[in-house]
Amino acid sequence: MTLEYYLGIGRTITLGSYLFEAEAIKAFARKYDPQPFHVDEEAARNSVFGRLCASGWHTTAVWMKLNLAFRGEAWAGHGPAPEFGPSPGFKNLKWLKPVYAGETVTFTRTAQDLRPLASRPGWRILTLHSEGFDSTGDKVIEFDSAVLVKAG
Amino acid sequence: MTARKWAFEDFAEGVEIDLGTKTVEAGEIVEFASEFDAQPFHLDEEAGKASILGGLSASGWHTCAMFMRMLCDAFLLNSTSQGAPGVDFVKWKKPVLAGDVLAGRLTVLSGRLSRTRPGIGFVTWRAELKNQKDELVFEFQNTCMFLTHEAAAA
Repeated sequence: MTLEYYLGIGRTITLGSYLFEAEAIKAFARKYDPQPFHVDEEAARNSVFGRLCASGWHTTAVWMKLNLAFRGEAWAGHGPAPEFGPSPGFKNLKWLKPVYAGETVTFTRTAQDLRPLASRPGWRILTLHSEGFDSTGDKVIEFDSAVLVKAG
Repeated sequence: MTARKWAFEDFAEGVEIDLGTKTVEAGEIVEFASEFDAQPFHLDEEAGKASILGGLSASGWHTCAMFMRMLCDAFLLNSTSQGAPGVDFVKWKKPVLAGDVLAGRLTVLSGRLSRTRPGIGFVTWRAELKNQKDELVFEFQNTCMFLTHEAAAA
C-alpha cells in the first residue's frame, strides 16, 4: 500500500450523511452565529432565506465531524501509520444553497495532491476538495483545504 | 445604541471595525471538539503539549465559529445582512490555545451594488485575529450581502 493510495489521492470518498435538525441548528447558532434566520423559525420566514437554515459554519463543522469519523482501509504500508496534524487553512468556500432544517447533507472529500513540507521534515501537506449535497442532489457547499500529514 | 442599522453604504472602502476581544476557555475548546473535531490535541492538555500545536488548542473550525460570533456581536446582528455566499480564504496561522485572548479587526476592501438585485450590495472585507502576544493567529476574507438604507426602510 502506497501513501498516495492510503490517502486516496485522485479518488472521491463519500464521508457520510448528516440530518440537520432544527434544534441542533438553533443550538449551534445560539452559541456562534445568532443571526435571526439561524435561531428562530418565525424570523427565518421573514428573511431572505424563507425558512430556518443552518449557519454555514455549522455545515463546515459537520463536514469535519464526518471527515474525522470516516474510516477507510487500515494502513498496510511500510513503517508506522501516517498521522494527521493541523491544517493551515482553506479557500474557495462556497455556501451554494441554504441547508434548511430537516435537510440531510451527504459530504465528500477528494484528496488532490501530496507534497513534502520543506519547513518540517517528516511532514507533508495534503490538499483536499470537499463537497456536500442535499437530499435533492443539489450541491450546498464546496471548499478547498489542506492538512499536514506525518509519514515516513 | 442607535436604532440605525449598519447598511451597505456604511461599509466604504477602508472602513475599519474593532471586533472586540474573546477569551478562549479550555472548556469550550473541548466542548466544540468533542462534537465536531475530536482529535487529541483539541481534547486534552497533555496530548496538545505532545503535539506540534504545543498545548490544548482550538479546532480551526471552532476559531471560525468564535470569529463569527465576534462579527455578530460587533455589528452584524445590528445590520441589514442578507448572508454571505462564501469565504475567499481562511488562514490558521498559529494555534489558538486555551487561555488565549483574541482581538479582532476588520477592514473593508470594496463594495459594489448588485446589478441584478436592486437595493442589495456586496461588501468584501478582510479580518484578522491576534492573540495577547500580538501574534497573528487567523486571517479571513469574504464577501457579505447587505441591503441599502433605502431598501431596509422600504
